Amino acid sequence: MTLRSHTPEQFDEARYDVRITDSTLRDGSHAMAHTFTEAHVRATVRALDDAGIPVIEVTHGDGLGGSSFNYGFSKTDELDLVMVAADEAKQARIAVLLLPGVGTVEDLCRARDRGASVVRIATHCTEADISIQQFGLARELGMETVGFLMLSHMITPEQLAKQARIMADAGCQCVYVVDSAGALVLEDAGDRVAALVAELGDAAQVGFHGHNNLAMGVANSVLAVRAGARQIDGATRALGAGSGNAPTEVLAAVFDRLGVRTGLDVGGMLRAAEEVVRPFMLREPVIDRNAIIMGYAGVYSSFLLHAERAAARYDVPAHEILTEVGRRRYVGGQEDMIIDIAIELSKQRAGAR
Amino acid sequence: MSKVTAAIVGSGNIGTDLMAKLLRSKRIELRYMVGVDPGSKGLQRATAAGVEASAAGVDWLLDRDELPELVFEATSASAHLDNASRYAEVGVQAVDLTPAAVGPYVVPVVNLTEHLDAPNVNMITCGGQATIPIVAAVTRVVPVPYAEIVASISSRSAGPGTRANIDEFTETTAKGIEVVGGARRGKAVIVLNPAEPPLIMRDTVFCAIPADADRTAVTTSIEEMVASVQRYVPGYRLKAEPQYDEPREGWDGHARVAVFLEVEGNGDYLPPYAGNLDIMTAAAAAVGEELARARTEVPA
Repeated sequence: MTLRSHTPEQFDEARYDVRITDSTLRDGSHAMAHTFTEAHVRATVRALDDAGIPVIEVTHGDGLGGSSFNYGFSKTDELDLVMVAADEAKQARIAVLLLPGVGTVEDLCRARDRGASVVRIATHCTEADISIQQFGLARELGMETVGFLMLSHMITPEQLAKQARIMADAGCQCVYVVDSAGALVLEDAGDRVAALVAELGDAAQVGFHGHNNLAMGVANSVLAVRAGARQIDGATRALGAGSGNAPTEVLAAVFDRLGVRTGLDVGGMLRAAEEVVRPFMLREPVIDRNAIIMGYAGVYSSFLLHAERAAARYDVPAHEILTEVGRRRYVGGQEDMIIDIAIELSKQRAGAR
Repeated sequence: MSKVTAAIVGSGNIGTDLMAKLLRSKRIELRYMVGVDPGSKGLQRATAAGVEASAAGVDWLLDRDELPELVFEATSASAHLDNASRYAEVGVQAVDLTPAAVGPYVVPVVNLTEHLDAPNVNMITCGGQATIPIVAAVTRVVPVPYAEIVASISSRSAGPGTRANIDEFTETTAKGIEVVGGARRGKAVIVLNPAEPPLIMRDTVFCAIPADADRTAVTTSIEEMVASVQRYVPGYRLKAEPQYDEPREGWDGHARVAVFLEVEGNGDYLPPYAGNLDIMTAAAAAVGEELARARTEVPA
């Protein structure tokens, strides 16, 4: 396979109100237990590219270097998936996720060599300063930069805006309010976006990444746009962590109805969802007890499958594990604590018998 | 018994906590504490404790009539890269607490005796000091093709140095897992958690092991290693007994042992939740003890 030299046309900001990034091939990695294949990626990228999606994210669910005991090993090396995606895309740009502390700038260089041109650098919402080095390097590499403030529900809009400023000053071109737990309800999302827009002004755009644990993914995305967000994330067929993301095909239809110009072809997105993504999904994201608990208790959505696995292994209910994760305020990356809690709960149950 | 003389370079949190530990040593006499900021609390504390202190940096230290035999570097990697050769020129043995990695990596309970004569030894990272003993405890029983550690620390205990170069932590720790821990391949992850009250340092160690490994022997080895580390880090403990998982898809036919550690600091200068910083200074002090013993004991 030859890697095409990739100079896609820049998404024309003047013609559209909002730029949609599809994260199926990254956030969906959680729901797929990191089993994406080159065939999945090729088919999905082709369909999304045809539907006019300008940015497609392809990485292990926990970002570059996420393949591990703690987060789950990738069935196919993510760098191979990035290369295939870049090869397949005609107009879309390929994005990768990087969590400082999990992946390194060396991983980022490798992803760029394989055709990634956008990097999304994610930190817990209070720890933006651990991304400064990465943003600097990404800009030196000539990559477009996006910042992810994860579990944004955990701090106030004002506190979040200060963290966004740290990222923007470091070279981040768009800071996302990331509702990793699907815990934000309507104004919770809108107010955070508004605070970031007020803080950043022309220094950087603001984006929103929604999850569906409390069924708010699309509604929050609409409020985010009304509050000034210029970039919105979706996952086709909602294929993402927890009960999934704001479905990209629903965002396409809803924004079209609202007169918000995204440049997406609604019919093409519906085809991608129905005919390409749905057939390979291992499970349909659902808003069940575990998912609602995650939104309600403020738990990082990708903990779901890990909690289910620990629940089966230690014979304790997954929703009790997730409730405890929320109470202890564990953050993204601390998947190992799930086993820890399951062991404790299992001991408590044994003691109670 | 005459004591071995030592200096601490760097009067910040780490240097000040290390001072409290060295002042208790029976083998080391802390003679000098060096910083660059005249207002440094660490230097004031040193003076109050009867340690000669100066804000005039390494130049001042190397200008003393009586040089120390050991120097503990608690500055930054770039500062140590500048200082290391100067110490070596005048024959001062260096214990490097920065990630500069000029000298060989050492973990007191694993490989220190191999490097007693080295002019410069490196303390790897806090996560490395906490987890590499466990990796080594497994590799001394069974081959480990892959070991992975996850270090969770409180945001408050992550200093500006760690924050500015977090890759240095993951890369250095991963290398230490291989070189000192004995795993064929190592990986390290660090997570900062801002919860209040601050959480105590937690570390998880995952090792791939043969499916038919003698699990009782592995557990015994781990428990013995924990007891050894506790001799210099009293707050180092297993949060749960080692957990064994049968081979899964993607594990190349290997089973897995998972070890859950909690590291509570001694609270000498830094608060007890900062076990990540305490294990660094405690390990450095333990290294100092061994180097001092090697210098004072008459070879048999």
